[in-house]
Amino acid sequence: MLDEEGEVFKEVFSYFPARRRYLIRLLQTVQQKLGYLSEDAMKEVALHLGISEAETFGVATFYNQFRFVPLGKHHIVVCMGTACHTMGGQLVLDGFERELDVKVGGITPDHEYSLERVGCIGCCTKAPVVLINNIIHPKMTPYKVAEVFAGLRDKGSKSSEEHQE
Amino acid sequence: MDFSIDGKKVKAKKGEKILWAALDAGIEIPHLCAIREAENAWGACRLCFVEIEGRGVVTSCTEPVGEGMMVHTDTERVQRLRKRAMELILADHPMECKTCPKRGDCELLKWMKFLKVKVPKNLRPFPKERLEPDESHPLFVLDPNKCILCGKCIWVCKEKIRADVLDFAYRGYNMRISTFLGKPIAQSPCIGCGECVKVCPVGALYFKDKEEIKEV
Repeated sequence: MLDEEGEVFKEVFSYFPARRRYLIRLLQTVQQKLGYLSEDAMKEVALHLGISEAETFGVATFYNQFRFVPLGKHHIVVCMGTACHTMGGQLVLDGFERELDVKVGGITPDHEYSLERVGCIGCCTKAPVVLINNIIHPKMTPYKVAEVFAGLRDKGSKSSEEHQE
Repeated sequence: MDFSIDGKKVKAKKGEKILWAALDAGIEIPHLCAIREAENAWGACRLCFVEIEGRGVVTSCTEPVGEGMMVHTDTERVQRLRKRAMELILADHPMECKTCPKRGDCELLKWMKFLKVKVPKNLRPFPKERLEPDESHPLFVLDPNKCILCGKCIWVCKEKIRADVLDFAYRGYNMRISTFLGKPIAQSPCIGCGECVKVCPVGALYFKDKEEIKEV
């Protein structure tokens, strides 16, 4: 365990008494601080609450909100809500998977990019939508995927990406 | 406490669940997930449905007996629900009985015959993903493909042995019994007591060598 992580656990555990019912809120808070649930994080939470590691893992895997791989430097969120789905969100997602050579929920070996799918981002008029580092990329197509990456590599282009329309 | 099951007079202690009272009285009720010692019934398999007059259909493993209760185990509603529950379990179960280590004393097969249910062909919309059996432990094998998610192994591991090795993980079709992070059992805090294997009603947990366990 990294010292840094240990500090986070100490801080988080000080908010929550060791009661079983705080399990989900604990996991949420730890994930918020670390970006994901590491093996150590789940072990520490289980230890703090006095429940089994297997149970902690079971609860964490039940909910979609918990992730077990760290976030990449660029976190890519592909919307799979109804509108984005009908507008070809799956094709966009496939495009990202191909381009990055990772599966959904995964991270590239160099920790540059992580890929995730979500239910709805809330801007369906711009479907299909992709969120990269909290910047919306509207009306995506598989062909635009490479373009987006070019924009990411080229630092100063963030604002121009945003107003691509 | 006096009550009747299928017209037969039955006596039971207060708080006793209908299922156990019926089994003690020699009345068969199918069940896969029920554990008598367990404080709270799990109620997962939905096979032990009975109908109480004036109350409707309940799972007998979760329902305590009541004074003067009239329980029926063979009404049409009960039969229909039990059969459907059995079909849903079977839809997710690989029927490899010929090569199954549980061959001969499989409870699933026993109740399947009891309920006269055939393996349904149309209840599963897509094929099941095949998982790798965990053969890491020297004594037993965990084959999640054959698991019917009755939760018995989890109960004994957690409440009886207090080893806390197994629990349910993931959700929906992907739900399975798993160790922490899905690690091999050999790397878990398993003490090798074999209790989980003994309660498994199907071939999801089985001893590698039946002779070996006697020595342990």
